Amino acid sequence: MRILIIGGGMGGTILANNLARRLTGELKSGKARITMLSASERHMYQPGLLYLAVGRITPDELYRDQASLLEPSIEFHVDPVTEFHLDKNEVVTQSGKTHSYDILVISTGSRMVPETIPGLAENCETFYTEETALKMFKRIREFQGGRVVIAVGVPHKCPMAPLEITFMLHDYFKDRGILDKVKLHYTYPIGRTHSLENVAKWATPEFDRLGITYETFFNMKEVDGENKILRSEEGTQTPYDLLIAIPAHKGMEVIEKNGLGQNGWIPTHRQQLNMEGHSNVFVLGDTTNIPISKAGSTAHFEADTLGENIAAMVKIGTPVRDYDGKVFCFIEAGKDRATYAMFNYQTPPDPKAPTKAVHWFKMAYNKLYWVSARGLL
Amino acid sequence: MAEKKVIDARGSFCPGPLMELIAGIKMANVGDELEVLSTDKGSAADVPEWIRKVGHELLGTREEGGVWHITVRKAK
Repeated sequence: MRILIIGGGMGGTILANNLARRLTGELKSGKARITMLSASERHMYQPGLLYLAVGRITPDELYRDQASLLEPSIEFHVDPVTEFHLDKNEVVTQSGKTHSYDILVISTGSRMVPETIPGLAENCETFYTEETALKMFKRIREFQGGRVVIAVGVPHKCPMAPLEITFMLHDYFKDRGILDKVKLHYTYPIGRTHSLENVAKWATPEFDRLGITYETFFNMKEVDGENKILRSEEGTQTPYDLLIAIPAHKGMEVIEKNGLGQNGWIPTHRQQLNMEGHSNVFVLGDTTNIPISKAGSTAHFEADTLGENIAAMVKIGTPVRDYDGKVFCFIEAGKDRATYAMFNYQTPPDPKAPTKAVHWFKMAYNKLYWVSARGLL
Repeated sequence: MAEKKVIDARGSFCPGPLMELIAGIKMANVGDELEVLSTDKGSAADVPEWIRKVGHELLGTREEGGVWHITVRKAK
């Protein structure tokens, strides 16, 4: 059984290692083979970008060599896929090689697209790449005061990021002793301060307590950089001195170019995680069109399910369990307190008051992640 | 030619039905109909409220076996 995994991010890496352990005997005997194709020889811990943007970590802490994270039995190539031929069970790569498979897993992730809002890319600071997160940090370090507006595109990666960056900026400016000169204004696309009702019930009074103003039903339409005004689809506008954006995201271009899904999101069965209409093609993490959070933990829990199911398909010819929609998100509530939200398709989250203990656990997880990626945690 | 699309946001707590609709409307063409399926009764209020604010058209809301079907047309 030839298992081909496209993408070496969190989902693809956890799945590959999980499968390598479950199929040790089959890999040794040649009954199974796992191949990973990735666009990069490096693996980035993307949640670390939030900390890079406020000067809490440095870029080198975000990366490991991808090959060092993978079990030796996994064949790994830095050679991104350019063509998918699902009818022939083949993909073609940038180098021109053709790879055949029995089972295909697509976990190519997503990317921010600030250019879809006129004026946004040129006038905002953001933190979804190393380059932009560093630029944002340098900007906030030079910032001497004024109106800081946080704006949120749809859909976006990491649903907690808008709240987290707002609370972290509050504490950053407080520590610099300029909070009295800074006015934080948070905007959000729907009618409350977070998509999760119980998270909004916690965040809104926190905003009130900290003097952070907020405006709901605010979807970015355009940025007037000359006059420093952000306008919304709802017909309102807000001035800014510093604009922090959580831009809208799309899946990777190769997905849309190959006709696998509009905007790069692949139609995916929400329990079995197979691409709709294809029983031997599975989709992981941000790449799916499942209506749940685009977050590392989603990819992680989906990879756990797929690891069991694909191993079972090799051993007994059928998957054994359903993905239940599990997501677990830490929520940084400032520089030294955090809480978390855990939920699935059936049960909404019930976040508790933030504590220092949860914050320190998150800081520890930022290191433990490398154990997770190896499929051990 | 206008299309009818279904956004199945049943069981979606995050990002939730309205956020799924906002993403869906961005991908749709003017004149397309979008039907949101939601198991959150709050959708029956917040989806029409957003549609009114932005200026799209609400075509109907009905509840069937605990699932709200909210149909809108992209107007601009």
